[in-house]
Amino acid sequence: MGVVGKEMQRVDAWGKVTGEAKYSADLEPRDIYHGKVVHSTIANGLVKSFDLEEALKVPGVIKIVTCFDVPDCQFPTAGHPWSVEEKHQDICDRKILNQRVRIYGDDIAAVIATDEVAAARAARLVKAEYEEYEPIVTVEAAMREGATPLHPDIRKDNVIVHSHMTMGPSDFTFEEGLRQAKEQYGEENLVLVEADYDTPRISHCHLELPVSWAYVDVNGKVTITSSTQIPHIVRRCTAQALGIDIGKIRIIKPYIGGGFGNKQDVLYEPLNAFLTMAVGGHPVRLEISREETICSTRTRHAILGRCKGAATKDGKLLARKLDAYANNGGYASHGHAICANCGNVFKDLYQDELGCEVDCSTVYTSSPTAGAMRAYGIPQADWFAECLTDDLAEKIGMDPCDFRLKNCMGEGFVDPANGIAFHSYGLKQCIERGRERICWDEKRKAYANQTGPVRRGVGMAIFCYKTGVYPISLETASVRMVLNQDGSLQLCMGATEIGQGADTVFSQMAAEATGLTFDRVYVVSTQDTDTTPFDTGAYASRQTYVSGMACKKCGQVLRERILEYAAYMLNYAETDLAKTIHGGTVRQAAGRMREALGLSAEDQITAEMLDIVENQVVVTGGAPKLFDVAVVAETSVYSLDRSQHITAEVTNHCKDNTFASGCCFVDVEVDMPLGLVHVKKIINVHDSGILINPKLAEGQVEGGMSMGLGYGLSEEMLVDEKTGRVLNDNLLDYKIPTAMDVPDLDVEFIQLEDPTGPYGNKSLGEPPAIPVAPAIRNAILHATGVHMNVTPMTAQRLTAAFKAQSLI
Amino acid sequence: MLKIVHMTVNGTWRELAVDERESLLDTLRNRLGLTSVKKGCEVGECGACTVLVDGEAVDSCIYLTMWAEGRSIMTVEGLKGPNGELSPIQKAFVEEAAVQCGFCTPGLIMSAVEIVGTGKKYNRDELRKLISGHLCRCTGYEKILDAMERIVEEVYRTVNEEQT
Amino acid sequence: MFDIQSFYEAKSVEDAIRALSQDEKAQVISGGTDVLIRVREGKDAGCSLVSIQKIPELKGVELTDSGDIKIGAATAFSHITNDPLIQKYLPMLGEAADTVGGPQIRNVATIGGNICNGATSADSASTMWTLDAELVLEGPEGERIVPISQFYTGPGRTVRDRREICKYFLIRKENFEGWHGVYKKYGKRRAMEIATLGCAVRVKLSEDKTRIEDGRLGYGVAGPTPLRCRKAEAVLKGSRVGDMEAVERFVETALTEVNPRSSWRASKEFRIQLIGELARRALKEAVERGGGIMNA
Repeated sequence: MGVVGKEMQRVDAWGKVTGEAKYSADLEPRDIYHGKVVHSTIANGLVKSFDLEEALKVPGVIKIVTCFDVPDCQFPTAGHPWSVEEKHQDICDRKILNQRVRIYGDDIAAVIATDEVAAARAARLVKAEYEEYEPIVTVEAAMREGATPLHPDIRKDNVIVHSHMTMGPSDFTFEEGLRQAKEQYGEENLVLVEADYDTPRISHCHLELPVSWAYVDVNGKVTITSSTQIPHIVRRCTAQALGIDIGKIRIIKPYIGGGFGNKQDVLYEPLNAFLTMAVGGHPVRLEISREETICSTRTRHAILGRCKGAATKDGKLLARKLDAYANNGGYASHGHAICANCGNVFKDLYQDELGCEVDCSTVYTSSPTAGAMRAYGIPQADWFAECLTDDLAEKIGMDPCDFRLKNCMGEGFVDPANGIAFHSYGLKQCIERGRERICWDEKRKAYANQTGPVRRGVGMAIFCYKTGVYPISLETASVRMVLNQDGSLQLCMGATEIGQGADTVFSQMAAEATGLTFDRVYVVSTQDTDTTPFDTGAYASRQTYVSGMACKKCGQVLRERILEYAAYMLNYAETDLAKTIHGGTVRQAAGRMREALGLSAEDQITAEMLDIVENQVVVTGGAPKLFDVAVVAETSVYSLDRSQHITAEVTNHCKDNTFASGCCFVDVEVDMPLGLVHVKKIINVHDSGILINPKLAEGQVEGGMSMGLGYGLSEEMLVDEKTGRVLNDNLLDYKIPTAMDVPDLDVEFIQLEDPTGPYGNKSLGEPPAIPVAPAIRNAILHATGVHMNVTPMTAQRLTAAFKAQSLI
Repeated sequence: MLKIVHMTVNGTWRELAVDERESLLDTLRNRLGLTSVKKGCEVGECGACTVLVDGEAVDSCIYLTMWAEGRSIMTVEGLKGPNGELSPIQKAFVEEAAVQCGFCTPGLIMSAVEIVGTGKKYNRDELRKLISGHLCRCTGYEKILDAMERIVEEVYRTVNEEQT
Repeated sequence: MFDIQSFYEAKSVEDAIRALSQDEKAQVISGGTDVLIRVREGKDAGCSLVSIQKIPELKGVELTDSGDIKIGAATAFSHITNDPLIQKYLPMLGEAADTVGGPQIRNVATIGGNICNGATSADSASTMWTLDAELVLEGPEGERIVPISQFYTGPGRTVRDRREICKYFLIRKENFEGWHGVYKKYGKRRAMEIATLGCAVRVKLSEDKTRIEDGRLGYGVAGPTPLRCRKAEAVLKGSRVGDMEAVERFVETALTEVNPRSSWRASKEFRIQLIGELARRALKEAVERGGGIMNA
């Protein structure tokens, strides 16, 4: 391969270091109106009426709209492709503004004003009268007998979905497995672990706020520029929310300042559309503040995992059970899919000799809505699986790394439920490499039997992750390429750059597939649903795999078309081409070619005899070189005999999937009296197939690792159980790591070619965030013998646990 | 009410009519079109809006424009060379792959300008502290620190070579 | 844009006092890192701001003829940390100042604002308590000097009148000459933090470094306001360096003098754990800075 696999510089780096790359808010027109959402000050209830008198008096206020004004259309917000099968469609459970309040900070009205101060002032003065119900903030409260159903029109109680799955016999139960195990191995040869492992609700904290602005264009289209990962899905959902045809909506997505799944959801675009329509199509901006973003957009689910595991004393895993309870907050968003995804990976990650039983419940509560966030339920699955694994290994008295090597999913694994397979398998190689790099065996010994207030430990965790959403959902992506007159090309992806480097790796793939050089590829970074082809967007670590395959196929088609035209030119060098500026060049090239291949003047030159290497049309095999693609490009556009605009557009309907995998190893120092965990060394090793751009891949892993550090040590949204109100809704109280909180991050890859990926690649974007938290937890266990079953492992939790064990 | 303020912005003396309620962030973005100045929190917690005021990095979201009277402001837009070439700091960020979504980048580069401007040599841990007022959710700071280390080293070497 | 009624840049202290006296809704703004946030939250929306940011006499650090140190209230934290006089005589204060927020905040946030906003979590406050700092305030009725021990009246409340300007802090020679100290901040992160707990310990050792002649212990977030633990200090006074029993008595006594509360940010139990542990560690480091050997 040529440019694929090379550490090319990002195509957008120049624009980003000069500040010239434009994000949504940078493109606003002058004299735009300012929208401001009015949020409910109760968590559960009904808006009975509004008093807008004082608010309307604020100078600069243009209009105030309320939940009584919006279209009577319920719509879904999940960034999923729409399903043409009704039972697989996303849940339509909200309106643009809601009269039925389900969370503290629900969207109940909105102000449009000439400036932001007027909008904010008026929003504070909007008075709502409520009928109030008791907030049901926790899963427990929401599932309690007699709890008010939050969406009685959709679900009779607050359980959005319950899924039951098994590995092994379809009727497998853990109790049955345990009975069998006792029979087979004898009770005295078994160990059993039962524990609850808990995870927090967390916030994505993309640096760019969700911001959009909208106007009605001269052709009547509602045009929204928005910071989103999923422009085509936003378009569809906005149409559903407004009850208008999809063609009437246009979504434009410029550069975006991170999304991490929050922007894989339709957030405020439908409201923004409604606001501009309410003022005759005048441009209206809607910027969601940091506080609103944390409280009122989406979060990662807090999932409680009640786990059981049984193994033999010689380290054979026999059976496991997971009962997972996901707090989905007030609206379904992606929720119905995430907890099931969590359960799937829990059961896939290890080979239980007898079987595995999983039950997942996703529950509406009156608390902030949970949706997609980087790795979609798997950080939670991994927390459960990897805490349980270490606890079992500890009880057996076996090295946890050996226990994993013995029991983890193996080469050739196929999930019997959905057919997803490891088409390339590097998990055990990753484990071996991580083990070596952290000096596992030496440190496990050296750190045994420590005393004193400061102790060291090493820990690890493994994971697996799918690539895209097939076969659970549709995988489809389109790409268009247009050859310019100078032999360069525009690459129009439906897939979105969200900071991960998609534009760069697609440019590499386009160069690879066409034979043009990287510098001749101009990727169109902005997605515009009116002009760029369809793609469902950036999520599920799918783009390099699904959209990348579309890019590869499209490049191949474009290459064929260039070569067909080149063959025509070579055949008609003496006639059609004779009078043209490139006539001489082509005539000479045709002569060289005929001589080299021993062709007579009458023999037809065909495209199959030609190839493109580094912008040159060459005879297949590389020599002789004939002429630059630019010669073909210019001629094809302007030829008086045969003008043909060389373009290609390809849809890749992907019906494949493959597992990526990997692990994290950490070495920590635990300062017990202060509850401080210092990560002295951390390494992630990833099995993500062939890397398209190793430097960017490293960057993805490092970012994911720091997110994992936050998940393990500091990040947690605190919601008041009485009121449903978020207590720490700002970046001071919500603790994402600063540069001082992140140690040096070590990254390695085991590169094995995956036969199903366009260039041997498979998922990479999300996985790095998965294994870090449980690896730290297991290192703390090694250092102190204390089982931290709740993440984040804050100093307060740690000191309380150390006290309980009389360690301090 | 509009008030007149005078300041040097990226080397150019400006006289501007501004609303006295404006933050420097508002003025730079909305009146001067300097959209490298990013808004991420509006309360000085993320660092995306960092600009230099008389050579010191400040969060422009909580700095009133009225305070800029008579002062010199610099944003990333002011760093490029006369022919559009990148400054060494910008170049280091590009070459070390320190950029992902790019939203924290302009602010970080401005802090880098203040840091390398001291001509002092800092180790990686000192650099961590010096950029700790910038949140980045994409990179884990690793490659940002690579770029910072490189540029600090380059400048330190140049300064010392000039002196000897 | 901020929801403020008006903005006025005062030309002098007198000018600021006049402006504050004329408008009941007016409040002082210096670095703005607290005031503007309260305005944005809506708490102080609609107020008028009188800025003292451009009054030169309120900035900088100087050594008076009598050898005391004067710190202008409008001196930004980074300027305190980098000031040669602070580095020479009060390195502990420079270090405490260097733990506030992040670098950009420290370039504008001022020590006057940190003390005058009355927050128990103010990073400079516990150190200033252990230095027996005095605040020089000027208002319509003239100038007055308030010892820091008499400054705080409750959470977020102080004796400062709305119209008064804190001009500078005076730290007397006897409170720093021969003393060594350490400020320990505990936050959930290593930067961009409000202190979960702040602990300031200062010691004066005997010439042969074997005895603690005098000691001081100040805390932030160990009660509704920053505070001193004078009984614990009395326990320490005269104790032998390295007397671990005395250290434990010092810590135990301190725990009787504090009054931390549980909030969603941290539990009382956790704060108590920090109060003891940070005092131990700060004392050890302070003694070592003074040339003593703690675990001899």
